[in-house]
Amino acid sequence: MASRDDPRKAQRDRLIDDSLKQVFSELEADKMPDEIIDLLSVLKAQDKELKDRK
Amino acid sequence: MSNPDPRDELVTHLPALRAFALSLTRNRAAADDMMQDTVLKAWSNMDKFEVGTNMRAWLFTILRNNFYTSRRKLNREVADVDNVFSNSLSVKPDHDGRLQMTDFKSALNHLQDEQREALILVGASGFSYEEAAEMCGVATGTIKSRVNRARARLSELLHLDDDDALELTDTATLAVVGTSGPRS
Repeated sequence: MASRDDPRKAQRDRLIDDSLKQVFSELEADKMPDEIIDLLSVLKAQDKELKDRK
Repeated sequence: MSNPDPRDELVTHLPALRAFALSLTRNRAAADDMMQDTVLKAWSNMDKFEVGTNMRAWLFTILRNNFYTSRRKLNREVADVDNVFSNSLSVKPDHDGRLQMTDFKSALNHLQDEQREALILVGASGFSYEEAAEMCGVATGTIKSRVNRARARLSELLHLDDDDALELTDTATLAVVGTSGPRS
C-alpha cells in the first residue's frame, strides 16, 4: 500500500534538489581565483618548455 | 590524427570543481588551497587518467581525498567556516513559495560533511548513486542512505514536514518540476 506521504516526500525532495542546484550554480559562477589561473599558466608553460626540449 | 589533450578538458571542469571544494570546506581560503593541490596532482598524474572515463568524477575524487586527508590530520571537523553559502547569496529571499535561499544555505551548513557531500554529488552535480559511491569509496546503499538522511535533516531544519509547509509551495514547485500543466 502506498503511503500517503510519498507524494509529499517526492515534492520535498524535488524542492531540495532544485534549491541545491541553484546554490551549486551560484558557486560555479564564483570568480576563479587568480592563484588558480596563475598556476595553470605556469603548468602550461612548463609543459611547453618540456615539449620544446624534446 | 592526434588525440585531444586531457589537460584541455581539465580546465573546463574547474568551475564545478571549485563549487564542490567550496561546498565541502565552506571556506574560500581552504577551498582554494585544495583546488591548487588538486590541479597540481591531476596535472602531474594525467598519464594515469583513463581517456574516455569521467574526468569530472576523477577530479572530484582527488579533491575529496585531499579534503578528508587534511581533515584527519587536523583531527577535527573543519571549523573555520566563513559562511560561504550565505556570502554567495545574490538573490533576496522571496515569498513566492520557493525555499528562502538564505535559510536553505544556512541549513546546508548544518549537515554532516558526508551527508552534504553525498547530496551535492547526487542532487546538484548530476552523478548517479553508483558514481558517487565509487568516488566516495563506499557502497551504493551508503550513498543512498546519506542522501536520504541529508534530505530528511534539511526538511527538519526548514520545517518542510509541517502540514502546511509544502502546501504554500505547490504552485511554484510544480512550475519548477513540471509535473503540472500551465494554468491560464
